[in-house]
Amino acid sequence: MIVAPAARFVAPAAPSPVRTRPVVGMVALPAGAAGWWLVYAQLPAFAAWLAYDALGLARGSAAGAAAEFFLYDTPKVLMLLTVVVFAVGIARSFFTPEATRRILAGRREALGSVLAALLGVVTPFCSCSAVPLFVGFVTAGVPLGVTFSFLVSAPMVNEVALALLFALFGWRVALLYAGTGLAVAVVSGVVIGRLHLERWVEPWVYAVTPGRAVVTEPRRDWGGRLAAGREAVRDIVGRVWPYVIAGIAVGAAIHGYVPQGFMAAIMGREAWWSVPLAVLIGIPLYSNAAGILPVVQALLAKGAALGTVLAFMMAVIALSLPEMVILRRVLTVRLIAVFVGVVAAGILLVGYLFNVVL
Amino acid sequence: MEIEVVGPGCANCRRLYQEVQRALAQSGQPATVTKVEAMEAIAARGLLRTPGLVIDGRVVAYGRVPPVAEIVTMITTALANP
Repeated sequence: MIVAPAARFVAPAAPSPVRTRPVVGMVALPAGAAGWWLVYAQLPAFAAWLAYDALGLARGSAAGAAAEFFLYDTPKVLMLLTVVVFAVGIARSFFTPEATRRILAGRREALGSVLAALLGVVTPFCSCSAVPLFVGFVTAGVPLGVTFSFLVSAPMVNEVALALLFALFGWRVALLYAGTGLAVAVVSGVVIGRLHLERWVEPWVYAVTPGRAVVTEPRRDWGGRLAAGREAVRDIVGRVWPYVIAGIAVGAAIHGYVPQGFMAAIMGREAWWSVPLAVLIGIPLYSNAAGILPVVQALLAKGAALGTVLAFMMAVIALSLPEMVILRRVLTVRLIAVFVGVVAAGILLVGYLFNVVL
Repeated sequence: MEIEVVGPGCANCRRLYQEVQRALAQSGQPATVTKVEAMEAIAARGLLRTPGLVIDGRVVAYGRVPPVAEIVTMITTALANP
């Protein structure tokens, strides 16, 4: 049995050094927003000029189309990403996993799963913390199914995906993704809860007596919250930008070189097997939302059905091989299989639903 | 002084380790710094977010990489409150 060493906590004696004068923020923020908007509005014209005038590519050519796509999408997506991550970084400074755990501990399944799915969207969560978080939740009395609802919604319905969907495809698509993503998270949690699979969790997890090492973070002032936003941009955009550029490059290639309507044959509404195929291909792949969205955009432009493409996107983001490897520390292979199966089934249903309804 | 950097080895955990070394160099405080990477040990400390910074058995920060100046302050505070 693992017994934690007595871990006490001490509140930092010094005031948080992460403080900016709010007045600076009051001026810098609107100025920055205005500047951002000015640049953003010029992007299509700039990309076209760069591709056709500066680089001399022929209009209507595959290379020209691909180049224009790449030169437009790269700054556009990166700019959107920066804004969204900044805003969400600030919003997330209001939430902590510790508070989430307190809210969820001991909740009954149905309500708990719904709360968990919702909280998964707004609680800061890094996949490297998946294991400590899982153990911390489970040993604090959060039911297994409820914990899973959180684990599904946290990576899948993330702010990056939602904001980019909104920016690229409109609020209806973004809302659909959010709604169905939450539904998949809730249902997955309830199903797993009902199956009572606690015995398929690695035994050491339940043997842990966690030390009450909860450090109460000092209440942030607005300067600290703005700093949280900046930190989030440095951290997330700093990590994610290579994926974004790679994704846009693939999207650009598809955009320029794949014939119109080609995707309709294998990913269109008529091909009933396109949804399961998309989900199957998506599961082992891993990308963050920002990287996969340009691919999604290009696929849609080439005639792929919306349901199929969104199912593919969900499968890529929600289920990934790296995540399964990490979760193997706390879940037996059987439980991982059930987890993947339940979530995949939910995503499949969503894909079919979209193709039928839209 | 015993300092533990708790985390499974992600980029932030490595950064925290480096920042701790820099803070120790700045403050001149002798200390042993260990990296705790075993999942069981991380979970046993009750941390929900990594990386975590533990000084002499007390969790002083978690879920972020504090700037070097702040780590130095934490070290000084820990010295003053044994």
